[in-house]
Amino acid sequence: MTLDDWLDLAAGIALLLGAGLSLTAGLGVIRFPDALSRLHAATKPQILGLIFVVLAVALDSRSWATLLALVPVVVFQMLTAPISAHMVGRAGYRTGNFRADTLVSDDLDAAVARASRYSGEDDS
Amino acid sequence: MTWIMWAVGALFAIGAALALYRVVVGPSILDRMIASDVLLTALILVVCTEMVLNNHTRSIPLTVVLAATAVFGTIAVARYVSRQDSRTGSTDRAAAADVALHRYEVQESLTDAISLGQTDEAAAEEEQR
Repeated sequence: MTLDDWLDLAAGIALLLGAGLSLTAGLGVIRFPDALSRLHAATKPQILGLIFVVLAVALDSRSWATLLALVPVVVFQMLTAPISAHMVGRAGYRTGNFRADTLVSDDLDAAVARASRYSGEDDS
Repeated sequence: MTWIMWAVGALFAIGAALALYRVVVGPSILDRMIASDVLLTALILVVCTEMVLNNHTRSIPLTVVLAATAVFGTIAVARYVSRQDSRTGSTDRAAAADVALHRYEVQESLTDAISLGQTDEAAAEEEQR
């Protein structure tokens, strides 16, 4: 097999990996019990899947200019995906969109309890 | 090579269908927004896959714009989601958490102001907030 064939095969494998990650995101969104854990599953294709598929495009076109043009895609996704994940996680906790019985530890619980006690003393 | 394309297409289609199910069924608005995020990201990946399949790179500006703006809907909804939208978990605890955390923050800023030696007018103004 020539170098061209190896590069085509590598691009195909990268595509398969990216598509597989997209499938795991769909599966996780279906199977996980509450909004916060679904958030965990949904962010998987956003970055690793994107990196794999961008790699496939770069391998298929075989030019450095294409790779340079694809870097902003990954950079923008890396900048925006944590913002949305943070805000959804915050909104999910504050509206109670999680199942407390499946949680291993709730770090914010102590702060909320202390704040309730604090404001309770303030009222009395 | 063509069997790879069929496999990739099938994986994307199944993943997108599962996310679509969660958009329809999801008990709260946040579930639906998370699943729609998955759909939009799958769209970006499919546009890139089409570029590999047809050996061109003309859709790269489309993917740049999609990657930059696909999260705005989720951010907007997460910003304004309210307690009434929740149908799972305890809403009373969430309401108490919101009020308690806000009062805690006010108390903290008040004690900071007093410890910094600010005047009584400034302290009273902070307490009003």
